[in-house]
Amino acid sequence: MATKILIPTPLRPYTDKKDAVEADGATVGELLADLTKKHSGLKAHLYNEQGKLRSFVNVYLNDEDIRYLQKEQTPVAPGDTLSIIPSVAGGV
Amino acid sequence: MSKRASVLGVGVATAIRLHGQETYPHECCGALVGTGDSVTAAVALPNTTEEGPRRRFLVRPSDYVLAEKRARELGGELLGFYHSHPDHPARPSQFDLDHAWPNFHYVIVAVASGKATDMTVWFLKDDRSRFDEGDLNGDENPDTNTAAAVHG
Repeated sequence: MATKILIPTPLRPYTDKKDAVEADGATVGELLADLTKKHSGLKAHLYNEQGKLRSFVNVYLNDEDIRYLQKEQTPVAPGDTLSIIPSVAGGV
Repeated sequence: MSKRASVLGVGVATAIRLHGQETYPHECCGALVGTGDSVTAAVALPNTTEEGPRRRFLVRPSDYVLAEKRARELGGELLGFYHSHPDHPARPSQFDLDHAWPNFHYVIVAVASGKATDMTVWFLKDDRSRFDEGDLNGDENPDTNTAAAVHG
């Protein structure tokens, strides 16, 4: 089942400049795994060295932050759209 | 490999400096809009950090979405972000590095005792190991920009 994934501007160089791509999977975690398999340059920017999603990487299933669903175990239904939306943080 | 550059359009550097002075002693933040290396607009955004705005800034996801939308409205794309370092040099911190996105221009303005001074631009290396400093062009007040000499 192919699901549409929306890609934010800074990550588009890793998806052939596309703002949306498709990936396969029954859960959000499986989708992201397939996404990074197809577009390997994304992996280091989405996941930390421990293999966890980086804290400033926000993943929304339709309009819901997956942190408030079942995180990466959240099931995906036909017609769903996944969005990767940055937080931008910094400081001294 | 040649250094990447940011070419700031008329008024952009001034807008960033003024924003940094307005929010001092807190950090300011905003989006950089333009095309390629040319930054045509600085869009001020709220600093929504809950970790203390004197030392941190946060652009939350909803404001990020607004920034991408605003960039499209202005006929450009989202090129990156700027923020201020109150009473600290215009150099990225480890915290900046840990939270950086690739391919973005990161402009930093130092604000010393309420007065904006040095402005620099940085780009995350693709392996996330560090930032590379870029060439900042179009700064209307380059006399304040001594960072290049400091970096030698």
